[in-house]
Amino acid sequence: MLIRFWGTRGSLPIALTAPQVQAKVAQALLAASGRQFQDLAAASAFAASLPFAVTRTFGGHSSCVEIELKPADGGSHEYVICDLGSGVRPFGSSVIAHQGVTTPNVYHVFMSHLHWDHIMGFPLFTPAYIAGNLIRIYGCHQNLEAAFRAQHGAPSFPVDFSQLAARIEFVALTPGEEVTVAGLKVLPKEQLHAGGSYGYRFEHAGKVCVYSTDSEHKLDDAEVTDAFIEFFRDADLVIFDAMYSFAEAISVKEDWGHSSNVVGVELCQLANARRLALFHHEPIHDDTRIANIEAETRRFEEITRVDAAPLDVFAAYDGFEIRL
Amino acid sequence: MDLRPRRIGDVIVLGPAGRVDHLNADDFREAVEPHLAQCEAGGASLLFDLSGLEYISSSGLRVLMIAAKLSKPRGGRIAVAAPRPVVAEVLEISRFNLVFPVHASVADAVQSLASE
Repeated sequence: MLIRFWGTRGSLPIALTAPQVQAKVAQALLAASGRQFQDLAAASAFAASLPFAVTRTFGGHSSCVEIELKPADGGSHEYVICDLGSGVRPFGSSVIAHQGVTTPNVYHVFMSHLHWDHIMGFPLFTPAYIAGNLIRIYGCHQNLEAAFRAQHGAPSFPVDFSQLAARIEFVALTPGEEVTVAGLKVLPKEQLHAGGSYGYRFEHAGKVCVYSTDSEHKLDDAEVTDAFIEFFRDADLVIFDAMYSFAEAISVKEDWGHSSNVVGVELCQLANARRLALFHHEPIHDDTRIANIEAETRRFEEITRVDAAPLDVFAAYDGFEIRL
Repeated sequence: MDLRPRRIGDVIVLGPAGRVDHLNADDFREAVEPHLAQCEAGGASLLFDLSGLEYISSSGLRVLMIAAKLSKPRGGRIAVAAPRPVVAEVLEISRFNLVFPVHASVADAVQSLASE
């Protein structure tokens, strides 16, 4: 199971500004300190050796994560993704770059919820405009189809939903009821978020990935907390909404529907999960801030581990992939 | 949970010890609650002496936040003091150091609360 992150930003897509890019270049030039590079590859290798936030970026696309079971170049024409944030646009472009426009594909899409940052990429998802493709959108919200139709047409978008050439189907799921899709066992779980959101536990060939974004944890009900621990139990990867600091999440941003790095670590430790991906990054955080949060979270995991096995913590970024 | 409450002037000092986590956070909350009524404008301040605390989880921190939410609107003052290095790190990483004044010692905290 390969997990590929196409969009990791929360709430609103962002892009680096010119001053931010200039600052990165300036820091890299300082670090180079007069070094000479024979070619672009040598310069690129040096850039890769510098801190992530200096030469790269966590990215700015809103939520979209791919779960790959078989590589596309292995003849697979079936894709599984979570959410249709703006990250689905580069995902769609990548598929077309690899398969061409004439190859029919099947896309299985699991929706956490229908807030705009999680559906906004669909009008610009090129495969939806190509006849022969099948797009199955799974979700637990009763207004699943209505939400997509509402954003896909006047006055919000020039192309009406009815003009999409691909076959598009909406599949209603029920929280707590497992389904099998594309060889994956999928278990939806209700989460705390305005309008409701749903996490998904994906299992295949002994590997488990949990996608749990836009999920607030109140910690005031042991049964609710225990249910999440079971949902995360023994996961190889938990993709977790860590948008706020813990203090923010339970004070000024209480009831905003998001969680923190601290709660992510604790739930994963209690669940014996192996990896934690900090996800749904706060849009006002720059790369340095997210890198600092990543470092702090690793330290938090280290000082709270006690006798448990180490939990691998990382901040997800657009373009990152990890094999489970 | 015995918080060994003591009073220094107008400051009520509570001293949680050992670990406070999801297993005993409710006990911690129940032990703190009786002292909140006195924590208001013109009344006593509440000081958590963390010197005996080995670890506090998010569930325990939540109790501190509840204490702050209940007291601050009434003009009550809450502070924490003397956290061990690990607990001090937890306070920083969770950003609770931005919620409460974190003092190096109980004496420093009492002096600071008295001068406010």
